[in-house]
Amino acid sequence: MDNKYMLTVEDVSKTYDGFKAITNLTFYLFEGELRTVIGPNGAGKSTFFDLITGRAKPDKGKIEFGFNTDLTQLNEYEINRLGIGRKFQTPSVFTEHTVWNNLVLSLRGKRGVFASIFHRLNSTERDQLDDLLKLVRLDGKRDWKAGQLAHGEKQWLEIGMLLAQDPKVLLVDEPAAGMTDEETHRTGELLLSLAGKHSIVVVEHDMTFVKQISNNGQVTVLHQGSVLCEGKFDDVQSNPKVREVYLGRGKTHK
Amino acid sequence: MTKPPSLSAPTGLSVRHRWEIGVGVAAALFFLVVFPLLNAHGMVSNFTINLWGKYLCYALLAISVDLLWGYTGLLSLGQALFFSLGGYMGGMYLMRMIGELGQYHKPIPDFLVFLGWTELPRFWEPFTSFPFALTMVFLLPGVLALVFGFLAFRSRIKGVYFSILTQALTYGASLMFFRNDMLMGGNNGFTDFKFVVGYDLRQASTQRGLFIITSAVLLLVYTSLRLLSHTKFGLVQRAIRDGENRVLFSGYATAHFKLFIFVVAALIASVAGALYVPQVGIINPSEMDPRKSLEAVVWCAVGGRGTLIGPILGAIGVNALQSWATVGKTAEYWLVILGSLFVFFVLCLPGGIVSLPAQIAGLWRKLTAKSEPSASEPPAKSS
Repeated sequence: MDNKYMLTVEDVSKTYDGFKAITNLTFYLFEGELRTVIGPNGAGKSTFFDLITGRAKPDKGKIEFGFNTDLTQLNEYEINRLGIGRKFQTPSVFTEHTVWNNLVLSLRGKRGVFASIFHRLNSTERDQLDDLLKLVRLDGKRDWKAGQLAHGEKQWLEIGMLLAQDPKVLLVDEPAAGMTDEETHRTGELLLSLAGKHSIVVVEHDMTFVKQISNNGQVTVLHQGSVLCEGKFDDVQSNPKVREVYLGRGKTHK
Repeated sequence: MTKPPSLSAPTGLSVRHRWEIGVGVAAALFFLVVFPLLNAHGMVSNFTINLWGKYLCYALLAISVDLLWGYTGLLSLGQALFFSLGGYMGGMYLMRMIGELGQYHKPIPDFLVFLGWTELPRFWEPFTSFPFALTMVFLLPGVLALVFGFLAFRSRIKGVYFSILTQALTYGASLMFFRNDMLMGGNNGFTDFKFVVGYDLRQASTQRGLFIITSAVLLLVYTSLRLLSHTKFGLVQRAIRDGENRVLFSGYATAHFKLFIFVVAALIASVAGALYVPQVGIINPSEMDPRKSLEAVVWCAVGGRGTLIGPILGAIGVNALQSWATVGKTAEYWLVILGSLFVFFVLCLPGGIVSLPAQIAGLWRKLTAKSEPSASEPPAKSS
């Protein structure tokens, strides 16, 4: 295989006050892959993202980006600048800023204090933002305050903000939460269209959605902080261990 | 066509901006030209212009609080410290300018004579120079803010912990300044100033000049901050207030931004203090009282935080009210009045005085909407 790993997570553990959030987790993400991660509540999905994005430091183990950039030594903004973008579970947009300014803030570029004082948008950047607005279907609401948007629109705006950063890796936490079926489907299509150009990890509960985006890709099942199994959606769904810990709890349909 | 709702859409914002600019220009003309001219021709008393000079210094202090609290979400209770430090740095120069005109007719400040000194302590010597004192007005508070801010923001101290820490810093400093062996005048501080760069402080023209300088500084600070708030920096600043995590995870080192703003706010407060002292004629450690910082917070809340005009209106409004209320029978109740004012604004008008026009307009729209199209309302309900 000539694919290279975008993310390498090997034998990572993290304990919070004696609670084992992540135990000997090993996970690889290939370039251009769209990976879906499922798991019951408390399986460690959010901690997993926290560890990659620098919000938490692992007790042991290796977390690397690309060939050998050690992520455990970097903080949140340094990791983001490498090209790892994260979408939070609850939509986190700047509610008091307009949709447009939300994107301006996220646009790839210099992030320093003085650079931001003297920064002016050029026409290429404007076009880029206009395209993004269309992509996330918010071009009619560019001057709205983000706080005025509907829940689903906020989710889309945050995805747009992520894309404005032009990251290599996108970590997406429950993008379909609070969306209508149609919006969910569209979100799935958007994510599928982004795969290839970006490497994407999606954490999700909604099994219809997982089925849609996992397409032919891999699904990883987390359970009690470790990987329970990995494979194609159908294989995972029929795996008895998975059925027992997760699907058996009546979460097959939302 | 999809159109943004006119009620809350940004069209209202730009109207407000235009309004703010209009009022700003008019006020600037008034304070820089008209008011001093009226004073020169005896139509405004020296007392009044002096009082207003004080208000404008407070307005600068309020802006420094709002820059942190209203714009960045950092409630600093240490702005009175930076205000006092600026005042003390300027005050040291003013003390040197008294020369031998003090009570003891000695070439060193009276309180030093009183403490048994016969010559000037080493660290006092350079303050005979105006440029040095002016540099120190910026340098000392600037460096203090830089060091304190660096430590606080690096440790990610936020919210109420940040407020308590800045409060504690101010309190600690005031205890230091109360000590006589600090050689900064102890609890009496500095007073009885005579000259500033050769001009007699007791003359009306000097006080008028100081008033004009204060107005000019306020205008400069206001304009610069207004411009700054429209840059990407301004966006980041307000984004930190509304969701620091998102900013951090968007690749911005939020600590650097906060540190920059903290230092700028300290410098504004310090300059305000340095302008305040020659106009009121005294500086002592009571200026560092925790109450002083809190008062500045009240000014912001009353005027409208998160705006630049708000703190100015709040500082002038509350202090004018205080000047009026602390004379006569209401004097005893001043703190009660101040407290009630704060509670009233926080509960009933969280946007402050600045939000009043919009509130009234909204109320008016509601009233007219209710009375006029009464015929069209019932069908809207049934549909």
